[in-house]
Amino acid sequence: MSKYLLNKFLYTVDRDPELVERYRADPRGTVDWWESERANVILNCPTPEQSTWLKFTDAERDALASHDYVTLFELGAHNFLVLTLFIALFERDYAEPLGFQLEFARRLSHWSLPYPDIST
Amino acid sequence: MATVAAVIASTHHPFYYRASTSTGSDRPPFADAWVEKIEAFRETLTRAEPDVLVMVGSDHFHQLWLDNMPQFLVGKAPFYDANFYNEEREFGLPRMFLPGHEDLSAYLLRQGLDAGFDLAFSNELRIDHSITCPLITLRPQADLPIVPIYTNIFAPPLPQPGRFVELGRTIRRLVESWPSDQRVAIIGTGHLSLELGGPRQFGPHGPDPEFDRKAVEWIASGDLDSALAEVSLESLWRPGNATHGFMDFMLMMGAAGDNAKADYADSLDLFHTMEAYFTWYPKPDPPSKARAS
Repeated sequence: MSKYLLNKFLYTVDRDPELVERYRADPRGTVDWWESERANVILNCPTPEQSTWLKFTDAERDALASHDYVTLFELGAHNFLVLTLFIALFERDYAEPLGFQLEFARRLSHWSLPYPDIST
Repeated sequence: MATVAAVIASTHHPFYYRASTSTGSDRPPFADAWVEKIEAFRETLTRAEPDVLVMVGSDHFHQLWLDNMPQFLVGKAPFYDANFYNEEREFGLPRMFLPGHEDLSAYLLRQGLDAGFDLAFSNELRIDHSITCPLITLRPQADLPIVPIYTNIFAPPLPQPGRFVELGRTIRRLVESWPSDQRVAIIGTGHLSLELGGPRQFGPHGPDPEFDRKAVEWIASGDLDSALAEVSLESLWRPGNATHGFMDFMLMMGAAGDNAKADYADSLDLFHTMEAYFTWYPKPDPPSKARAS
């Protein structure tokens, strides 16, 4: 279980306009590229000093590659990161204000407290 | 010694800027009432005639990240750029450029460390909407130097609520001991009940109106005993999964003082959150008013 790495994917994609569009258009290709090229980059270190051990579980990779925010919630990805990035990805597809945000809530409506643990 | 000209606590709603500047059919029906509330709130800072603003907020995974996460951090820089691409994208927030106050930053860091808070620091900090939202509401000309203080209300493990209160008390005490003739406003923003990325998000009101009612009462009356008795890191999940931002309000209650009744308290029930605005005047008369009397 690598909640940290799920969050790192969401964080690094969300802050990069080109990656947001790439992830929307080609989620599986973007996740595969990111895991092989970016997952082990320490954000404040030069590339040669990267980590060597970070990888997704199959369930995590599949959730990201299928834009499955319900499963990301259930895996304990950080709620703020999931929401922010998925608004960027899908709000544009809804005509009504907050349409996507309300659909997001509805798809999680089978959940009550306690929610999955987000601590890393 | 410096004067604490005002202590101000509020929610920070990132949609205020867009709501207040939109026109025609884009303008939401609640915008005019919201602007009216904010302009009255703004006056509470203006009349305090501050020279420097200590701004307490929380980075929302913009610059600060899980590979190196501080619990409490003080910015110490001559300038701060502000707002990020994803805040422009989602909220329409403008890029801002803010002057810093390095002397007060250095004083709070040194004295804070010596008072038992192992504060992290940053010499190059980009500020996010937790600090720019209150500037937009309270001081839109953004002309005063700031000292940003970030707290971790976001990435568990978090400091305990009592630690936020104690930091607020410490900031107040340190500002009052700062050898300067400046007038300092201590401003902090957080949340009442809030859900983000969960099933209760974006409802017609905040996710827990009963918590909001109690919280507003605690803040307005300075009732730290009740707040500390009822609030824990565990209990804050219940009102909504982003409600740990209430600990920034508790920090500001510490800065305002035990049982310090707010001189100004207002709230606004919006979709998705209860907005709330509080001001305390430790020394009621600003210089111009004192001179006039």
